[in-house]
Amino acid sequence: MTGAALTKSADRPPLRVRLKLREIDGVTFLVLPAVLFVVLLFIYPFAYGLVLSFLPKKGGWLANYAKFFSDPFLYDTIWATFRLAIPATLINVLVSVPVALRVRRMRHRRALTTLLVIPITLGTVLIAQGLLIYLGPQGWFNRALALVGIGQVRLVHNYTGVMLSLIMSGFPFTFLLTLSYLTGIDPSLEQAASTLGAKARARFVHILLPLLAQGLAINMCLSFVQTFSVFPSAVLLGAPAGETRVISIAAYQAAYEQYDYSMASAVAMIMGFCQLAVVMLILAGRSFVYRGAVAGGKG
Amino acid sequence: MAIAGRDFRELRLDDMSRNFGTVNALKGVTLNVRRGEFIALLGPSGCGKSTALNCLAGLLTLSGGSIWLDQTRIDRLKPEERGFGMVFQNYALFPHMSVRKNIAFGLAMQGRPKAEIERKVDEALAIVRLSEQGHKLPGQLSGGQQQRVAIARAIVIEPPLVLMDEPLSNLDAKLRLEMRAEIRRIHDLIGSATIYVTHDQEEALSLADRIVVMRAGEVRQVGTPEELYGRPAHADVAEFMGYRNQLRVTAARTGTGVTIRVGNVTLTGTAVEPFVEGEAVAAIRPEDLGVSANGAIEATGESSQYHGDCFYSSGRTTDGADLFFRSDRRLNKGETVRLAADPARVLVYSGGRP
Repeated sequence: MTGAALTKSADRPPLRVRLKLREIDGVTFLVLPAVLFVVLLFIYPFAYGLVLSFLPKKGGWLANYAKFFSDPFLYDTIWATFRLAIPATLINVLVSVPVALRVRRMRHRRALTTLLVIPITLGTVLIAQGLLIYLGPQGWFNRALALVGIGQVRLVHNYTGVMLSLIMSGFPFTFLLTLSYLTGIDPSLEQAASTLGAKARARFVHILLPLLAQGLAINMCLSFVQTFSVFPSAVLLGAPAGETRVISIAAYQAAYEQYDYSMASAVAMIMGFCQLAVVMLILAGRSFVYRGAVAGGKG
Repeated sequence: MAIAGRDFRELRLDDMSRNFGTVNALKGVTLNVRRGEFIALLGPSGCGKSTALNCLAGLLTLSGGSIWLDQTRIDRLKPEERGFGMVFQNYALFPHMSVRKNIAFGLAMQGRPKAEIERKVDEALAIVRLSEQGHKLPGQLSGGQQQRVAIARAIVIEPPLVLMDEPLSNLDAKLRLEMRAEIRRIHDLIGSATIYVTHDQEEALSLADRIVVMRAGEVRQVGTPEELYGRPAHADVAEFMGYRNQLRVTAARTGTGVTIRVGNVTLTGTAVEPFVEGEAVAAIRPEDLGVSANGAIEATGESSQYHGDCFYSSGRTTDGADLFFRSDRRLNKGETVRLAADPARVLVYSGGRP
């Protein structure tokens, strides 16, 4: 910039106009509440927890992490959580695809989606309670089995109970998301494929699946993060001291049984890192699939 | 070997109908199409022309009637079993596949050998003049180029019938004229039959060998462009073909022509058979109604639009009817003009407006 341009001259547009050219105007202030919200409720607590995790009650700054990874009672929780979260995510997302394929053609789609949203509104505790009663030793399910001469099946207070609850509460989410991705695909693409001789299976493999892939990846990320942080159902329906001792239970015990907030923060950070690693992995895989628009033309 | 539409003698639509709930979108459409013919289905929106096309493609099932390709009944076949090429209004190109992959899709589905697919795709790309663009994704092409890819994809499978659903409606005016010529060229080159749906009468007139005018799910008239332009069979077809002046008249035969009375004006016109004396509609194109010093109709000028070689003006008669006509100068509002038309170009349809 030359010196002449810096001097205040009549040609120079007023500040308001110059800001406007950079898309900054009064409306820009409307993002402030959102920024404030993110800073106060996400960035600050996260940073606080991160710092806290490096200030252990005793030992060096990495003492909490060293303790976690040297005690199988603690580090086994990672495996226990993955053992639940990965199958639950895969089941939820993969099952949602065929169901959504069928449902998008249904006339009473709204009624069905409403029905599926109910488990979301109920919350995990109510679902857990219901499952405990229904599937428990004295529940309807086992009584019915007894009537037909099949013995007791143990479906609660173990891995199966938690898995069932994760599917019940997680499936509506993944289903609705898959359905919206699927209905976003221009139906004329499938019609075009069929006039070109593609049967239903070929249309799915060559047209729908590639266009759906990016949506399924996002869906998996969300579903995984949700199931990885499972807590109430792992306690209520699982074996919280045994096979479903998930990582959030370890964090809870550190915080509210041993009152070691620093250790609890470290566990939470490890949990966050695991989630982040899987999400990054899925997003990296996304680069192999088509990520553009899913409509057929300029329209 | 060049790309050529699969051979057949005749496609027969026999009393084809389709209902949506209680709505009859298609009421008994009967039509014969020969190989090499270019047929335009013309009509206003909601007339059933797209429904007819989708029924032909197999994307909609018939509620009644049948479709025959020579001796084979095809209306119960799925779209993938019919082997017709279809060009969609929004092109429906697969956004995740390159232009080449898009065009090769139909051949790959037929399980053709790779070398043959490559050769045919090259040929199709050459026909639509896109040989340089084969590696691109559809999103990287302009609207006109996407349209060409859609056509190439439809013709490369060498279908007996190519179906086109308003393929030019998303293009700008200049490109539309260009693509119109391209579509006819490609049709003549591959020699299959083309059925082309449009609501643009000019497009239908310039492209088609025969035009099928549809209204409210029914075929109103089938004819060559010349027949439809010169002598529409019904008043509503005439209105759609650009006979914008539709006057309610009383008509009586006089010798070779008919005398029609509109209010206190008497004109001579030509009867469109079957003709019955009495209440009638006289249809005149704006370009056939001109300003003339001793014309029979008196009108006061309303507005004028410049069209290069002349003005298209509108005026109101003393009875309050709106007329559209040609004038060689811009009319002033309220100016009184006299109008006249060649009796041969005043078509008189008996009965009231349908």
